[in-house]
Amino acid sequence: MATTKSTGLAVRGINKRFGPVNALKEISLDVQEGEFFTLLGPSGCGKTTLLRIIAGLELPDSGKVILGGQDITSLPATRRQVNTVFQSYALFPHLTIFDNVAFGLRARKFPKNEIEGRVGKRLEMLGLLDMAHRRPHQLSGGQQQRVALARALVNEPKVLLLDEPMSALDARLRAQVQVELRRLQRKLGQTFILVTHDQAEAMVVSDRIAVMNQGMIIQFGSPKDVYEQPRTRFVAEFLGAANLLKGRKKHHGLETDIGFLVLEREPKWENGTVAIRPERMHITEDPASVNSTRARVREAIYRGTDLDLWLDPGPLRVRTASNQHYEAGDEIWLELPSEALVILDE
Amino acid sequence: MRKLHPVISVLSMLTLAFLYVPLLAVAIFSVNATRYGLAWRGFTLNWYIKLFHNEVILNAAWNSLVLAVVSTLAATILGTALAIGIDRFPWTKKLGTTLDLLLHLPVVVPDIIFAAALVVAFGLLRMLSSFFEPGLLNMIIGHITFQVSFVALVVRSRLVGIGRDVEEAARDLFADTPYLLRKVMLPLLVPGIVAGAMLAFTLSLDDFVISFFTAGPDSVTLPLFIYAAVRRGVTPQIHALSTLVLMTTVILIIGMERFTRD
Repeated sequence: MATTKSTGLAVRGINKRFGPVNALKEISLDVQEGEFFTLLGPSGCGKTTLLRIIAGLELPDSGKVILGGQDITSLPATRRQVNTVFQSYALFPHLTIFDNVAFGLRARKFPKNEIEGRVGKRLEMLGLLDMAHRRPHQLSGGQQQRVALARALVNEPKVLLLDEPMSALDARLRAQVQVELRRLQRKLGQTFILVTHDQAEAMVVSDRIAVMNQGMIIQFGSPKDVYEQPRTRFVAEFLGAANLLKGRKKHHGLETDIGFLVLEREPKWENGTVAIRPERMHITEDPASVNSTRARVREAIYRGTDLDLWLDPGPLRVRTASNQHYEAGDEIWLELPSEALVILDE
Repeated sequence: MRKLHPVISVLSMLTLAFLYVPLLAVAIFSVNATRYGLAWRGFTLNWYIKLFHNEVILNAAWNSLVLAVVSTLAATILGTALAIGIDRFPWTKKLGTTLDLLLHLPVVVPDIIFAAALVVAFGLLRMLSSFFEPGLLNMIIGHITFQVSFVALVVRSRLVGIGRDVEEAARDLFADTPYLLRKVMLPLLVPGIVAGAMLAFTLSLDDFVISFFTAGPDSVTLPLFIYAAVRRGVTPQIHALSTLVLMTTVILIIGMERFTRD
């Protein structure tokens, strides 16, 4: 793997077991300075454990955590230049918002006027200045989340860790907070590592995503990479909807249940799977020259922004604009463009 | 609200009466201006006044107070430490369960068994030192042994309520162990500690069995005095004394409720 910039974070060969459960297997990754990096995966995939190891709240069985060129694996959380926004926010219920945010600076005995200046700045930045003297329980969920963010950021950590920080917010607020978080990270230029199981959230905020499953990182890449070029079936299905087509390799293409499909590249395997996103398939009046198949609408689901058609032969799913009109029983031609067919590794 | 079935209403009224009528009777007799009989002869605070002129009773009250305060202080410190130790140390699951059981056991073991065990233990210790002659010191040790569990249980439920997140957040925010204890854990635990201490104090003040088995000739407490006095016949003074002890207990229990409520 490429050498890390001395200011970034590197994880090397981390293993962690909890009794019989192999929570993390040989995890290695590099996060560049100023990058918004996301660990994305289903619950129980080990992403939170990895985050806790980076935070210093958990010790790995083997492997290293390197921050700014320095091995911090055995350094306790108390002495790491890393701060965390906890899933539950974990605000101190007996302290005011101001005292919550000032906690990290006071623990390190910063001078009083500097504490006031830095805390004030963060509170203002996150729109919390009016509530500085309230207690956490008097704040809404969204406000509490901002306090947790301010409390971590005020320490100017080399890496900010966010453990599912939006899971307690309602859907509409979450969408708004995602954009704000992205904007904030850009403005500060600080390194953020987010843990989430929400693929849409990962897409919105991240520079780069690591997709995790069963204690392993399956794929690294930009949101566009992992969405459009998934390497495995798991990644294809975890990041949005995907049609998976099994087939046997033939000259320049693939023989599948719905006919011969021309591919852009030769697959490395004899028998395998290709994936195509529902919105990348086209519905046509007449058969296209290649990669075309006849299908019948089994079910049409109106979703506001678009219209989902479940088709026979199934289970194929195509997504089209919601101003199109189709209903169950309609016969259509379906085109699967070669450039939209992704050859999966397995 | 849903209406209760009349049978249930009547039954609960009767149960409450069953619980509180005897106590109420004692309180009423303590202000009845007659030495004998059950008839009402007018209101008086005479019995209370006499109480405060009775050297023996004052001495017993003083012993009770010393015993309760000292044992509560010791039990609160030990119980809090025990609760933190049991809850936060990474015990293996099996050991954790065993410790949990050990913590609950003294609460359910009959006092008399505990008292008998203490008699045996002090008997053995007396062979080592005369320090363990029956008396106030032995009573304090005896009271601490059963109070610790109660304090630890109350503090521990509070610890569980606080959760680990807050502690991890403090560590993440550069707090070393003393800072964490001073600024986060203790302030959050205070309600639990105070509630535990009040419970321990009440238990000590009201305890008869353990005191009876460990007391010496000079360490008569109020419950022991009342027991001895009742055998010679119940006097209005005893009613007055009982009422005072009862009121102290009630106040402490209400205080404890206040603290444990969030």
